[in-house]
Amino acid sequence: MVLPVLEARIQKRFAPAAGSSTGSAGETSDLDVSFDAQPGFTILFGASGAGKTTVLNCIAGMVRPDAGRIVADETVLFDKERRICLPVARRRVGYVFQDLALFPHLTVEQNIAYGLANLDRQEQKTRTDSVLSSFRIEPLRHRKPAQISGGERQRVALARALVTDPRALLLDEPLAALDLPTKSLIIDDLRAWNILRRVPILYVTHTRDEVFALGERVLVLDRGRILAQGTPHEVMTTPHYETVAQLAGFENIFDAEVEAVHEDRGTMTCKVMTCKTMTRKTTTGGEATPDEVTPAEVTPAEVTTSEVTTNEVTTSNVTTTDLPVAENSTLVLETPLVRSAAGSRFRIAIRAGDVLLATSEPNEISARNIFPGKVVSVERRDVIILARVQTAADPHVEFFVQLTLAACDSLGIAEGREVWLVLKTHSCHLVAR
Amino acid sequence: MNLQALWLTIRLATLVALALLVLGLPVAYWITYSRWRLKFLVEAVVALPLVLPPTVLGFYLLIALGPRSPLGQWWQALTGHTLVFTFEGLLVGSILYSLPFAVQPFAAAFAGIDGSLLAASAMLGASRWRTFRRVILPLSVTGLVTGTVLSFAHTLGEFGLVLMVGGNIPGVTRTVSIDIYDKVQAVDYAGANQTAQLLLVISFLLLSCVYAVNRAVGYSAGFGHIVPGKKN
Repeated sequence: MVLPVLEARIQKRFAPAAGSSTGSAGETSDLDVSFDAQPGFTILFGASGAGKTTVLNCIAGMVRPDAGRIVADETVLFDKERRICLPVARRRVGYVFQDLALFPHLTVEQNIAYGLANLDRQEQKTRTDSVLSSFRIEPLRHRKPAQISGGERQRVALARALVTDPRALLLDEPLAALDLPTKSLIIDDLRAWNILRRVPILYVTHTRDEVFALGERVLVLDRGRILAQGTPHEVMTTPHYETVAQLAGFENIFDAEVEAVHEDRGTMTCKVMTCKTMTRKTTTGGEATPDEVTPAEVTPAEVTTSEVTTNEVTTSNVTTTDLPVAENSTLVLETPLVRSAAGSRFRIAIRAGDVLLATSEPNEISARNIFPGKVVSVERRDVIILARVQTAADPHVEFFVQLTLAACDSLGIAEGREVWLVLKTHSCHLVAR
Repeated sequence: MNLQALWLTIRLATLVALALLVLGLPVAYWITYSRWRLKFLVEAVVALPLVLPPTVLGFYLLIALGPRSPLGQWWQALTGHTLVFTFEGLLVGSILYSLPFAVQPFAAAFAGIDGSLLAASAMLGASRWRTFRRVILPLSVTGLVTGTVLSFAHTLGEFGLVLMVGGNIPGVTRTVSIDIYDKVQAVDYAGANQTAQLLLVISFLLLSCVYAVNRAVGYSAGFGHIVPGKKN
């Protein structure tokens, strides 16, 4: 069996100030993208206005590209040269909008059965029942959208799109408004469904957490172009472009394993795991040659590796493709409670700006993560100092710390300086693996 | 009380309201969703009866439907009598006269529907017709009620156009408002007052219904266009 693949080559020019049909304001830059999405999650990541929604709208048929070709599951949806442009209703592409667009006058059950009009009643019922149960919304069957919670509405919207057996699934930030636990439960159900029906899922988001939580593959979109693609770890932790780094935002990203759960306190303790060697992104699709990767374009995100420093090793290391080898370190962090199961694995993302440095062990401070370390390097960027600090607990674990010039001067931060790292529990962002 | 006139008026108003429910929907749909750049001209034509003196509309209808016009001749060949000064003629005139009172609330209700619902419907494989039936119509209920009730109420009270196109034939074209006029001419103030009061009460009740329905559903689709002082 050939697995369904979504191929998209889309070119679209926009007149200045032209909005897309769903009203995402500001998407005015010309679009020129080309990608294949395999079954499973493909994340379309970018700032607002990057053209993410327009890509989805072109695939769905709500916006007509100027040129290109879109094929889903071997069905040509659009082909400029062959003058093919299937109407929206015949594309069989599932699309969950940002605002969900549930029919307010129909019950949950009627909403879900809406796309099954061409099937006989018995089949409609069978399919509706099965999707109601796999998304755990059976008890809501006879409720109207206004009578259920936000998370439940997301489930209904997903179920409504999936029940039609779409050739591909397009999700436009459908979970943006949800809290993390609700979100990850929905994602789990979506993944479970996707294991049974291997269709490509294009997931638009501008939140970094979601990229790590979902990502099998991420496309970074900026001003209508794909800047980088690869696994979230490759793209987000070793960004080859300044833009990607800015988007990624987290300078410190660790693999971690839950050691203990403190439900009563709302926290967990997580053991940080280190990787001996990290996957370096080999230049994908010839977008970047090693020469183009200048130190300025690489932000110090490679905290899980001990060998890679920002300056010298970048170019020589570009071709390294060793898989990360996970190894337990002795560093333990207290993090917010997310999902309660000791032994489950996460990634912990921490912004360099969220890490504090102290020159002596701080006492009587609310931060729960305090551990010693040593400054390995100090780098000045404009008015910001970025210090790389090796933890005493495990020399493989390094933090990037952002400091102001004044703080750096008054503490005397320099290479070799012994310091204490201070980290609030809630500065540790947990993302599902 | 002239029961014959009252019955005739109610029959006329009911038929006009029903006819406009059927004719007004496609017109309103087109006005809402068409992207034709000269659409505003059609909108202006539909809205004309709102501002035109009924006598002007009546006068042109008299000519357009009269025995010398192609339409009048066609009708005469078909039925053996003229269209003007008959109940049918009055019906045609009233439909045109009340057109904006139906179309504008309908169109406003359609326009008030979130476009993403229509997109979602298409994404789920629905044809335009199915989208219209299953999404647009049910979500426009208040607009439909408003438009239908307003065209009914408006027809109840029309005078100038009836006089021009229908004349004053008892049992055929003599409506309540003409009956009142006749009574006043005959200095039968008590009789005029009786009928006038009835018309007043009916109109008040109908409008109360419209507001009540709008309130119950939580918004006033399209009503603001017709009744001053009421904004969405």
